[in-house]
Amino acid sequence: METQTQTIEKETKETTGHMTGAEAVIHCLLSEGVDLIYGYPGGAIMPVYDELYKFQDRLQHILTRHEQGATHAAQGYARTSGKVGVAIATSGPGATNFVTGIADAQIDSTPMVCITGQVGSHLLGSDAFQETDIIGISTPITKWNHQVTKAEDIPSVLAKAFYIARSGRPGPVLIDITKDAQFGELDFKYEKCKGVRSYKPVPETDPETLEQAASLINSAKKPMIVFGQGVILGEAEEELKNFIEKTNIPSAWTILGLSALPTAHPLNVGMVGMHGNYGPNKLTNECDLLLAIGMRFDDRVTGNLETYAKQAKVIHFEIDPAEVNKNVKADVAVMGDVKSTLAEILPMVTSNNHEAWLQEFKDFDTIEYDKVIKEELYPSKEGLSMGEVLRGINEETKGDAVIVSDVGQHQMIACRYAEFVKSKSNVTSGGLGTMGFALPAAIGAKMGAPEREVVAIIGDGGYQMTIQELGTIFQTRVPVKIVVLNNDFLGMVRQWQQLFFDKRYASTEMVNPDFVTIAKGYHIAAKRVTKREELQSAIQEMIASKEPYFLEVCVEKENNVFPMIPTGASVSDIRLS
Amino acid sequence: MERECYTISVYTENNIGLLNRISAIFLKRHINLDSMTASVSEIKDVFRFTIVVKITEEQVKKLVGQIEKQIEVIKAFYHKDDETIYQETALFKVASKLLFEERQIQNVIKESNSNIVTVTPEFFVLEKTGRRKEVEELYDKLEPYGLMQFVRSGRIAVTKEKMHISKIIESFGVETV
Repeated sequence: METQTQTIEKETKETTGHMTGAEAVIHCLLSEGVDLIYGYPGGAIMPVYDELYKFQDRLQHILTRHEQGATHAAQGYARTSGKVGVAIATSGPGATNFVTGIADAQIDSTPMVCITGQVGSHLLGSDAFQETDIIGISTPITKWNHQVTKAEDIPSVLAKAFYIARSGRPGPVLIDITKDAQFGELDFKYEKCKGVRSYKPVPETDPETLEQAASLINSAKKPMIVFGQGVILGEAEEELKNFIEKTNIPSAWTILGLSALPTAHPLNVGMVGMHGNYGPNKLTNECDLLLAIGMRFDDRVTGNLETYAKQAKVIHFEIDPAEVNKNVKADVAVMGDVKSTLAEILPMVTSNNHEAWLQEFKDFDTIEYDKVIKEELYPSKEGLSMGEVLRGINEETKGDAVIVSDVGQHQMIACRYAEFVKSKSNVTSGGLGTMGFALPAAIGAKMGAPEREVVAIIGDGGYQMTIQELGTIFQTRVPVKIVVLNNDFLGMVRQWQQLFFDKRYASTEMVNPDFVTIAKGYHIAAKRVTKREELQSAIQEMIASKEPYFLEVCVEKENNVFPMIPTGASVSDIRLS
Repeated sequence: MERECYTISVYTENNIGLLNRISAIFLKRHINLDSMTASVSEIKDVFRFTIVVKITEEQVKKLVGQIEKQIEVIKAFYHKDDETIYQETALFKVASKLLFEERQIQNVIKESNSNIVTVTPEFFVLEKTGRRKEVEELYDKLEPYGLMQFVRSGRIAVTKEKMHISKIIESFGVETV
């Protein structure tokens, strides 16, 4: 952090002077400590690309094969590095191709700055070539957006963009810059944004709420924690660990909270939600105190709200006031950054022993292991299961890898069975459920954490939504490991069709191409596994490789993911089959 | 919970896209606006949106939360009708000849507490400010004679209690952006 600040100060001192708006964009990025951006050039952003050419020794640009890929790569980068991801594109279709990634970053609170070129300001509203109202389009899916029409506004607007993207509850910001603003000239001076008067990133913590919360925690007989991504975004992993270890409260996680607490931690009781673990879902409706820490009670977490944790008092640790009482009413809302609120409450809570209560979780674990997990990890049937692939990856990586997953059955299996020892290791599209997310996100994830192993787990459906990013991997040689779990189906939709639509498999069967040949076409080492005896050695070979590697595993076609809470059902009505 | 009429007052920075951003919050939740008025406020460079909706209190609380979350929104408040003084303005354009042909119309105007804004040989314009009901009553009375044009503004409202916005503005100190 300190080195980054120093670089910024140096940069700020160094760079002043008369220049074009396009050059100013580069200096703004450098001043914010950005050294890597993802994008795709085009007419309305060409002046900035011309400057990128000149600054390529200081600012690396990764050419993705589609603008959507640039946004997901920037998201992956942000998720593993903790820094702001940057994506850049031209106007019109370039900008509209950003939309899915921006919406994904908004709902998953990912800090990202998107820069789009725009037609000259004299052409605005004239339906000019590649003109589109990206400000209007992106308004409901950005934390903030702004159109720049004058070169001299570029430094202050970009400074504000980075500040807003990363502060408080992070999110995506889009800055649209007209071509004349890029060509226009200004006297450049960069000052980092230190605040926006109408925006309070972190609400003040009322000390009384801490006392009320502590008193509820200290008197609870069956308390339970559900933590979310707020812990990771706030870098409060240590504070969470200290808090749960002192209070001995069983702790479950949402899909985006995954990896904030090591999988093997004795108080880690698994995932809540639709395909979460049996115990934490069942016991949500039996606990007497529910502590929600940096999570937002998504409907996939809560199931039917009418029957969700009605018996429990609820304490909500939250940074975003709009999330409090949005879905679940909180008896006590502790506002603020969980890094500080968890640290502040620590001396106020008493050590506790919830042995009998923890045993209830263990008992449910045993039931789930016998009825679901055992068969998934060690299948008795001939066909390969997705779970055993994850088990094989766990064995090879020892839980040290970043797992990037796409959306669907394989995602649920990856999140249920991947083991983690470090935070910021689970990168997935949670809120938006964006198929096609994983391949480009894995590129960014690897560049954001180059020292770490990055394994993308993707289904055969989602893989083909952004498969063109193999070109980006080929060109950059970024050593990501790609695992496609191929069941020749859009598996999750097929599962729902089987369970709720009398097996009418409408348009879910995929006739797939030869994925290995496609990977080889991009000069990426590739292998297909169809038999159990080939699996572990293939995973070993993939993990051992220093290069990008593609592994297709042909898995059982019609396996289902369990446990499952059917839509609209209560969390305690979770089904094991 | 019962649906009621709420006036939402939003104090904001002057920003070109903010109207869109605020209306998108209602659109996303499929909530229809009764009216929306934007104007300057009592504070220099601070704008004020006055929005009227018929929803439940739970809904309005959540909406205000989402509105306040927008970067350039300084503060949003919601109030019930009895907590505010509110008015709407309507303009009625009527053919001048009716004043002579339909003598009864003169009584309607006299009793209505409205003002004649302008008179020409062809038409006159009547301005009526008041509550929705009063405007509607006048509309019902004039409509049978034939209206050349009619338009009604959105609600504007001030609260009976103090609006604690000035303190927030004071706390800003020196503007940073």
